[in-house]
Amino acid sequence: MSPGHDHDRDHLLEHVPSDPALRVKALESVLVEKGLVDPAAIDAWIEAYENKIGPRAGARVVARAWVDTGYRQRLLENGTDAIAELVPLGNQGQHMVVVENTPTVHNLIVCTLCSCYPWPVLGLPPRWYKSAPYRSRSVLDPRGVLKEFGVELGSDVEVRVWDSTAEIRYLVLPERPPGTDDMNEEALAALVTRDSMIGAGLVPPASTKKGA
Amino acid sequence: MNGIHDMGGMHGLGPILPEPNEPVFHDRWEARMFGVSAAMIYPPAFSTDQYRFLVERMPPAAYLSQSYYEHWYFACALVLIEAGMVTLSELSTGQAVPSSTRRDDAMRAGDVEAAIAKEGKCSRETASAPRFALGQRVTTRNMHPTQHTRLPRYARGRSGSIYRCHGAYVFPDTNARGDGECPQDLYTVTFAARELWGPDAGRNDKVYLDLWDSYLEPA
Repeated sequence: MSPGHDHDRDHLLEHVPSDPALRVKALESVLVEKGLVDPAAIDAWIEAYENKIGPRAGARVVARAWVDTGYRQRLLENGTDAIAELVPLGNQGQHMVVVENTPTVHNLIVCTLCSCYPWPVLGLPPRWYKSAPYRSRSVLDPRGVLKEFGVELGSDVEVRVWDSTAEIRYLVLPERPPGTDDMNEEALAALVTRDSMIGAGLVPPASTKKGA
Repeated sequence: MNGIHDMGGMHGLGPILPEPNEPVFHDRWEARMFGVSAAMIYPPAFSTDQYRFLVERMPPAAYLSQSYYEHWYFACALVLIEAGMVTLSELSTGQAVPSSTRRDDAMRAGDVEAAIAKEGKCSRETASAPRFALGQRVTTRNMHPTQHTRLPRYARGRSGSIYRCHGAYVFPDTNARGDGECPQDLYTVTFAARELWGPDAGRNDKVYLDLWDSYLEPA
């Protein structure tokens, strides 16, 4: 490829169906016909990420760290090994780093260059995480972005934005909400939201739990 | 390359729109595209770095107007065309030309679990000591390669501190263009938000990036 001229690139989208559903259908049909993909394997990948791999895994890691200080320490020192004690790692989570929110530090995860995301612990990323608005502004104006998620931080809180530019994948260990001292690990895990593990939310107290 | 994908620091791209109870896939074609891409083991030894560079080669207007799994379509279609494994005409009609050969070694459903669990580490053994020490001040290079790089524009020519050394990792800039893994030390570098964005940024705020040795010079 030479800069400024890229023949296949320039013409690909002019020749294929404009409706993405038809475009993808045509691609799959050709690949299946040529034996390059097996539709049953496609089904198996979809099944795994639609029904098995998702943010409940990350929530288990967080809840364990809240109740077990030894685990919390291992998690912050070597995220990959500590997560692997609870959750099978692998695809898009080979190298994990966990960063901890405290009363004085708030962490926010982004990938400005594509949409890198820790699949084994959070599943596939939500649409907003992959969107141009989030990718563009979270490094420049994290406090403004957090306000859009309903998170207002005092000026005394240090905001740390982690731009996932390599194969290190990040998980936020959110703060344990007040009033949860009597809850067991399983009940705590049920409180942990996906967004709180990206840093785009706080874990709500038990009585006001929301969906995401 | 200085492409539209390198979005850090841009304005005007709209509000962030979180979606309550968002499904994993919004449409079946998104799920099929995810599955096709994940199940595709051709061309052989095709790397994530190569994949990312294919997405970056999307025409900028299409990149902005098309969604995530349409980006995947583009990368998948382009690599197969460039490898000579499908033609544009086949992708237009959805039918393989009758003379095309048929393979029988695709990934099977029974292989998927192992593929998901595959260790696939990008770290590599190295004998040499890291060039930079923890806490050392470094400056990122002012560079504008026409090919793939993982040093975003907003962090070029800026000074920060070494926060962590991860050891040697596959170098995307060479790997994406098929010039080999050329592993080199990977560091997490912390930048004061004001170093990147000026005095309007939060006084104590910071941005952390994972950057390879050759992106960095001693400050």
